[in-house]
This record gives sequence, structure tokens and C-alpha cells, in this order.
Amino acid sequence: MDAVAATEQDFRPPSLRKRLSMALENPTFLGFLFVAPAELLLLIFLAYPLLLGLWLGLTDTIVGREGNFIGFQNYISLVHDASFWLTVFNTFLYTLVAVFFKLILGVGLAVVLNRDFKGKGLMRAIVLLPWIIPTALSAICFWWLYDSTFSGISWTLIKLGLMDHRINFLGDAWNARWSLIVANIWRGVPFFTIGLLAGLQTINPDLYEAAEIDGAGSWARFRKITLPLLMPLLTVVTVFSTIWTFADFQLVWVITRGGPGGATHIFGTLSFQRAMSGGHFGEGAAISNFMLPILVACVFIAFVFLRKED
Amino acid sequence: MAEVRLENISKHFNKVIAVDDFNLSIKDREFVVLVGPSGCGKTTTLRMIAGLEAITEGNIYIGDRLINRLPAKDRNIAMVFQNYALYPHMTVYQNMAFGLEQRKAPKEEIKQRVREAAKILGIQDLMDRRPKQLSGGQRQRVAVGRAIVRKPEVFLFDEPLSNLDAKLRVQTRVELKKLHERLATTIVYVTNDQVEAMTMGDRIVVMKDGLIQQVGAPLELYNSPTNIFVAGFIGSPAMNFFEAELVHSGERLSVQTDSFRIDLSPKKAALTEGYSEKKVIVGIRPEDLLEAREHVTGKTIQTTVEVVEPIGSEIYVNVSAGEVPLTASVDRKARVKPHQEFVVEPSLDYLHLFDIRNENTLS
Amino acid sequence: MVGERFGSKLIKFYTPLVLYLVFLLFPFYWMANTVFKSDIELYDLALNPLYIHSPTFDNVAHLFTQTIFLRWMWNTFFVAILATIISLAASLLAAYAIQRLQFKTSGPTGVAIFLGYLVPQTILFIPLAHIIFKLRLWDSLWSLILTYPTFLIPFCTWLLMGYFKSIPKEMEECAMIDGTSRINIFRKIILPLCLPGILSAGIFCFTLSWNEFIYALAFISATTSKTVPIGLVTELVRGDVYHWGPLMAGALCASVPVALVYSFFVEHYVAGMTGALKE
Repeated sequence: MDAVAATEQDFRPPSLRKRLSMALENPTFLGFLFVAPAELLLLIFLAYPLLLGLWLGLTDTIVGREGNFIGFQNYISLVHDASFWLTVFNTFLYTLVAVFFKLILGVGLAVVLNRDFKGKGLMRAIVLLPWIIPTALSAICFWWLYDSTFSGISWTLIKLGLMDHRINFLGDAWNARWSLIVANIWRGVPFFTIGLLAGLQTINPDLYEAAEIDGAGSWARFRKITLPLLMPLLTVVTVFSTIWTFADFQLVWVITRGGPGGATHIFGTLSFQRAMSGGHFGEGAAISNFMLPILVACVFIAFVFLRKED
Repeated sequence: MAEVRLENISKHFNKVIAVDDFNLSIKDREFVVLVGPSGCGKTTTLRMIAGLEAITEGNIYIGDRLINRLPAKDRNIAMVFQNYALYPHMTVYQNMAFGLEQRKAPKEEIKQRVREAAKILGIQDLMDRRPKQLSGGQRQRVAVGRAIVRKPEVFLFDEPLSNLDAKLRVQTRVELKKLHERLATTIVYVTNDQVEAMTMGDRIVVMKDGLIQQVGAPLELYNSPTNIFVAGFIGSPAMNFFEAELVHSGERLSVQTDSFRIDLSPKKAALTEGYSEKKVIVGIRPEDLLEAREHVTGKTIQTTVEVVEPIGSEIYVNVSAGEVPLTASVDRKARVKPHQEFVVEPSLDYLHLFDIRNENTLS
Repeated sequence: MVGERFGSKLIKFYTPLVLYLVFLLFPFYWMANTVFKSDIELYDLALNPLYIHSPTFDNVAHLFTQTIFLRWMWNTFFVAILATIISLAASLLAAYAIQRLQFKTSGPTGVAIFLGYLVPQTILFIPLAHIIFKLRLWDSLWSLILTYPTFLIPFCTWLLMGYFKSIPKEMEECAMIDGTSRINIFRKIILPLCLPGILSAGIFCFTLSWNEFIYALAFISATTSKTVPIGLVTELVRGDVYHWGPLMAGALCASVPVALVYSFFVEHYVAGMTGALKE
């Protein structure tokens, strides 16, 4: 009797509800389902725009109307544009100098903060402040600090007798460049510091003791133990910082808008000016696209470097 | 000359006294073992000799030099860490060469010394490997190799065998002992394993709670422990302890519990002269409890077998004599079964008597 | 360590630290300083600018009454909170899927999401502006709420993957044997255990949203819809007249929410950042 009843039940096809709940137990189905929202958002607002940007660079789109395909014309006219080359120069200068100093200061600060001392937690929190405060707000602050007439820096330097006239921070091309670099360093060091501090804490302290007994002084310990072991993390952090600095926008835009006379334009600000203020989407996109090969190269170099270290 | 002298060494960590008034003179070429349970201060003492911990009070001399304030790298010592502390990003060769490179030794000399040390330890084929490619035993050798390359005045070992599996530990013990003979240098060795201490040390320093309990050659500690702690720490299985009353009966002095009485030999009885307490703590090692054929009051103890542990070379018999649990170590051919009656005879010459108030040995 | 004297400690530790602290805190000091000075005092070159001679709240008042600062604050909060919620939800699901469910393309998907983090906004803003325009979201805060997740999700996913790694697999396997459905395992076991991670990720999203600039500048031009950074930079400068006092007041007041959130959750923030970097 029971056997018959059992087989009868087996032949009924599973209800929709049962099928759904079974599917939800399947890791593959559930996995796809779970990833879907993120994937969808990123596809629409990241992947698609990326490709669209490449396309736009090849058109003469102006804001509001569709553009026509014009091939590489945008790129050609940029290559002949002096202000474009100035921008290229600026971006590389800005990135290389700022990242270099952020690295040195970040490592140094991380080593200093790695020791045990009272108020270490508070110190760490303070050190992170420039990174936490929205960049635009601290940029506004630097904007004011760099005012040619009322700058507190000028005043202090003159009072200390180190200068005899006020510095024209933002009106002179080279001054403006250094001013921006300093602001960028101010903002970016915490990222290096906190990241490297974490890395330092993963190094087995026994190694330092063994090295000390082996005869290594503190500089030798740093060079032979700390640095090599920190390399992988250092590489990752530096690559991130390079990409972000290279593709920066708000700091430069808020403080100088790319001036004076386009002397401090970087890719981001020039692209914005041409596209938003000027309305030339196509041209703006072309400028932005110039950044892509550099960024890809950065990531590639980082991967290769990390593979080698392993 | 590599004598090491520790005079009145103390180490305080805020309110905690980790090492208290430690005094020790280590002779040149001596192998001294600091042994004790976790937290007894042995590692802290070692680290003070190394220069990795500052000394709160006292003086340390290596040879004639007072080294209290000398940084570790100038003390001419070498240390093998518990976790080996091998530089993970360097090859075995580079690990071993590091110390000499730091002292600016000529390249040829470095090569030669590293090769020599590698040969002694049998790791010549591992020179190009990185630590993570080595087994635990191999890493341990590299750590030792790194130390001997430097030809220091003193070797310090911080529980170097504790991360090896049991078999490897026994093997390595022998090799370290042979190494010591070959190198003929002073060694200070820290361990919490009393077997290591007994088998390796010329002298053993037993520590507890920051204080030295006893210093002496292995057999000295085994045969003549100065207090219950040392008596119970040295020797495995551990010494049996029980409380007993001192009972006089004419000329005879006995120790008596609720279930049995043992008559003391005159020599042992003499130890109680000047002892005014009524009770005493008796200690007898398992290997000194012999199997007896029949029970003689005052000489033997009647017991019931609880657990039998045959370890092959002998049998540990856990018995109970009334309320008193005892462990006896008997011949491997003995026929013992749980719940049966078992008579043991304590070897009178090897009975230990301890002061019930301060746990020191009566003498 | 034995052998280190105070002199050496001074050089190696105190001096660099103090110098850096001066460098770090001076701009903050200058900003706060300016906020409480009257215009007259501010522009008087004869006075020592390093301290306040007669404090005033005029600038703050100007900010709150003469500008729609509060509206901008509201806008920014609105965007930050909604973007955070969307990103957290999407990241949680994605991170769990990639880390735990190990389906066929989970590896590459993880890498793809990570790479997404590396694409800077300065490359995407023009095509996105185009898309936003097409979607009729121009001048709407929703243009930001939908686009911010593009840089919030990759980072959060990364961070949360790290957290999931630290939950032993055995816990889930045990629940499965006990008969719980996978969805319930996620809801009742994983999520509660993950709260610190969610908190860290949430704080990150919040601070990163406040920090965004180029999208907000490009997609929104109506004054009432602007976010705080944009509003301050574009509206407090009329032609040649820079209202520095109110500007600094705005910068200071706008920094407060972020600083507050940060100060309560510093440990989580640092843990989140370092946890992600270690991956």
C-alpha cells in the first residue's frame, strides 16, 4: 500500500515554488543572482561609459546634440595643440613629484609611528585627518592659504626673516605648480602612512631582534629587513596613489582651475574645461582617453612586479 | 674568555617582577640550562643577557666586560629563537651570511665560514632555498647555522626544539650536544622541558616565579632537590608526594598516613633533627617504588591498582593506597592488572622529606 | 631597546613627528582661525594673523542665512546615505557570492570588480554626462546616487570579501546539515557576524561620497541641487569677490559631519583600510 502511494507522489512534477527553492540552494544559480545587482550597476555606469568614452573621442559630439564620427581628428588636433602638451608635462610632473614625496614621507612616518608610545592611537587618528576631510574642502582651505596678499605662510616666513616679500603662490606658473604639489602631498601622505603602518605590523618582530644580534644597526635593519618585506604592499599602495594622482581633478580645479594661463592644467581639468565649459564632448573625451594607456601600463607594471616578488 | 656572570639581576615590568635577584656564574665552555614552567622568568633572563631587554637592577659581565648598557649587536653573542626568526626574503646562504656581512667581513671569508657551518649541520644542499621551502627541522638547522657562523663568545638558545615533533626533538637534542663538544663555546639554553635540561646541561638552573630554585648538575638536582618544586619538576613521571605524620615509637621514627606506615632508616630519621612540626611531606620517585611479594607493615604499602600504562620499556602503575594516589614505575615484564592488589616497597635510601611549612627539603 | 639614548630618540622620533604635525595641522588651524574673524580683521594687513583678536560668529551666520548652505548639506547627506545603502547591499551580495558560493566565473568576476576600482572618474565623467542627459537625470540628485556606486561597490566588495574569508566555512556547513536554506544562512549567520565589516564599509562609502566632486560638478548646475563642496566653491565667489570668511565657515561646518562619523569609528576605518590593502 505504502509503496504504491510513494511512487504516485514521485510522479508529480515539482511545483514552481519547490523549483525556485531548489534553485536557490544551487550555489551557481544563487551566485549569479547575488552578483547581479552589482554587476548590473557596474555594467551600466562603468563598463558601458568606458566604451562610450572611447567612441565619443572619435566623434565631434557637442553637448546636447549627437555627434558624427570623425575618426582620429580630435587626437590629431590635440597633438598640434600647445596647451595640450603643456598639460601632458604638468600631469607627469605633478604625479611623479607628488607620489615620490608621498612615498618617502609615508614610509618615514609609518616607521616613526610604529614604535610604542603614549597617545599612539590619537596620533594615528590625527595623521589620517587630511585623508578624511573631503578634498574639496581642504582645497578651499589651501586656496585661501595661498592667497597672494593674505597668506599665513607668507606672513610667517616674512616674520621669521626667511623671505622679504609675499609669495605669489597662484599667479606665477611654477609657484602654482609647486603649491598644488604640496597640497597634494599634504592630502595624500596619510594613505601611505596608514597602509604601510599596517604592513609594518605584519613583520615578525623577532626578525629585528635577530638582525640586531647579527650586528645590524637601525638603518641596516630598515634597508635589509623592513624595506624588502614591505615591497609588495608598497607597490600596491604606490600604484593606487599614482593612478589617483594622475587622474586627479578637484584639487587642481578648486585651487587654480588650471591656471594661471593653463599652466597647471592636468588631463582631468583640461578635459573638463573643453567638455563642460566649452561644450566639446568629443574633444574632452579624447583628452581623457589619453589617460588610459598610462593607467593600463601602471597596473601592468604593478602586476609584473608583484609576480616577480613571489 | 667567555665566562658569563649575572649579579643580582632583576627585571621589573611596571609592577610585575619577572626576574628577582638572579645570581649565576657560568664558566667558559659550560652548557647551562635555564628551566622552569611558563612565566618563570627564564626567557626574560636570557633576553637580558642578549641585550633585548633592559636590566632593571644588577650587572651582567661577559668575560671582564660589563655589558649592561651595551647594545645587542656589540655583545658578540648569537641567539637561536624559538620561531627561528629566519629572514623570509633571503636564501639560506644569505640568512647565514647576514651577520658577517653586517660586520664587514671579506667576501671570501664569509663564503668559507658559511660553507663550514653548513657542512657541520648537513645543510649544504639547501643554500639557495628560501625559508618557506624548508621543513621545520631544516629551518631549525639554518637558525643554528646562522648562529655558529658568527663564532660568538656565547650562544643563547630560546626553546629551540619546542616547535619540532617529538621524534625530531630527541634526534636534535643529541646533535646539539655533539655540536657543543665540537664548538667548545659557552651555551645558555632555555627550555621548559626537564628531559632536555637533564640530558643536555652541564648545570641546570631551575626557576619559578622569577626566582632561582636550585642550581646544580643534573644528577645533583635529581638526587638532592632543595625543595618540593624542584623535586616535582625534575624527573618523569613526577615524584610522588604525600602528607604524613612523624611518629616516634621508641628508637624508631616513622611516617604514617591513614592507610600505611613506613619506618625511616636512621640516616633519614637524622634529617628530622630540629624539625618541630608534627607533619611532614614525603616524596618518593616512581622508580623508587619497587614491587614487593608480600606486605610487611612498616616496610611496604598495600595498594589497589587503578590504571596501568605500559609504555614498552617499563610499566607505569597508578595505584591508590587508601586516600593517597601513587605512581610506581615497574619492570616491563611485571604482571599487573587494574583493580588487583599490588604491594610496593619504597626504597628507603631514596625517600625525600620536606618541611610542611616552606616546602624545603629537610637536611 | 638597550642602548638607545634620549638624544638619539629625539632625532629619530620626536623631531620628525613634531615637524610633520605642524605641517599637517597648520591648514586646519588657519581655516578655523579665519572662520571666527570679522572681515575687517581678516583683511587688515597690520594685524598678526596667527590668532584671533576679536572673535565673531558673523561668517557662520552669513553662511547659514545668506546662502543655502543647509540645503546643500541636506543634498549631500541624501546622496551619501542612499548611495551607501545601494552600494552596501550590492557589495554584500556580490562579495558573498564571489567568496563563498564559488560559482564558475567567480574568480574573474572578482578581478573585474577590482579592476573597476582602478578606473578613475575623470575618464568616465564625460560619457556618463552623456548618459545622464539621455536618462533625463540632469540636475537631479539621482544622477549622483546611481553613479556613486560605481566607485563604492568595487572597494566595498573587496573589503567585505576579506571579512567573509575570516568566517570559518565550517559554520555554514554545520547550518546546512542542520537544514537551513542558503538564503537563511546568509541572513541569519553570515550577516550578523559581518557587522563590523559592514560598518567599516558603510563609513567608507559615506566619506567617499562626501569626497566626490567631478560628477557632482558635471551633472548638476541648479543651485538648489548642488552638493556642499560644489556649492561652496561655485556660489561663494561672485565675480572677483571672494567671501573667504563664509567660505572657510562652510569648509569647517561641512567637515564636521565627516569628522564626527570618523571619530566615532576610527578603529573600524583603519581596520577596513588595512584589511583591504592586505588582500
